[in-house]
Amino acid sequence: MSRQSNRATDSKKMNSELFTLTYGALVTQLCKDYENDEEVNKQLDKMGYNIGVRLIEDFLARSSVGRCHDFRETADVIAKVAFKMYLGITPSVTNWSPAGDEFSLILESNPLVDFVELPDNHSNLVYSSLLCGVLRGALEMVQMAVDVRFAQDTLRGDNVTEIRMKFIKRIEENLPAGDE
Amino acid sequence: MTVHNLYIFDRNGSCLHYSEWNRKKQAGISKEEEFKLMYGMLFSIRSFISKMSPLDMKDGFLAFQTSRYKLHYYETPTGIKLVMNTDLGVPNCRDTLQQIYSTLYVEYIVKNPLCVLGESLQSDLFHSKLDSFIRALPFFSVRAA
Repeated sequence: MSRQSNRATDSKKMNSELFTLTYGALVTQLCKDYENDEEVNKQLDKMGYNIGVRLIEDFLARSSVGRCHDFRETADVIAKVAFKMYLGITPSVTNWSPAGDEFSLILESNPLVDFVELPDNHSNLVYSSLLCGVLRGALEMVQMAVDVRFAQDTLRGDNVTEIRMKFIKRIEENLPAGDE
Repeated sequence: MTVHNLYIFDRNGSCLHYSEWNRKKQAGISKEEEFKLMYGMLFSIRSFISKMSPLDMKDGFLAFQTSRYKLHYYETPTGIKLVMNTDLGVPNCRDTLQQIYSTLYVEYIVKNPLCVLGESLQSDLFHSKLDSFIRALPFFSVRAA
């Protein structure tokens, strides 16, 4: 199985422009298909979620990251390992809430928006919503319900791009019904 | 040495996959009941172990053995559980189980969008890769058993 042997060491590198442009085409198409930006945001988030629930398995198989014991550890893994692995960037983790259940990821650069300028008639579009869905879906698979949203976005005139993550609850594993 | 059989469960307790190679004694109940029984036992062992442990654990439940066979257990943070029964001579199999997860389950199931997650695995490619992977293991040898 040749696919197996070279799998662990070399993670296939891809030109990120191809990804960025494909994503741009997707958003463009969604903007044509749906009347309003809110709906586009929702669709992107949903697609992201579906990607996230699968991506987490790939992530766990590739990195030797075990279960995280607190949300701070989770934040570190997301910023330093996962973003690095899939987008080639390392966001900084800041703005912890006093309770330690909320933090922000500050993205210096967002590879999804490399070639984008938002036209005026899409002021409500959260262009990179897909990322929120990915984060939410992936974390849900490791028993964490998390709220993810863009708090700032350079595309909409902010200085930085900020993703705000809020821990909601731990999802408990239950014995399936019908078992004693 | 030999490998008897392999179960893959998801985090909700459904049995995603079962295959057997050298199993001389059947349970005498339907496979569905057997899967439920197996999952129920694993679930109990996990909670038993986490409650009884006098120290914080890293990996939790790893394996158990009886006079005739050994059950190896590996669980991912997403709750995928791989269970393999072998005879007593086989050493720790966690690496093997982890490999099945990362090079077979993730590659041929998770990355195949047509495979619905959480349902019994229908991919023939996965089945044949898994079969040849197990048969190629250094401790897979029916004759020696």
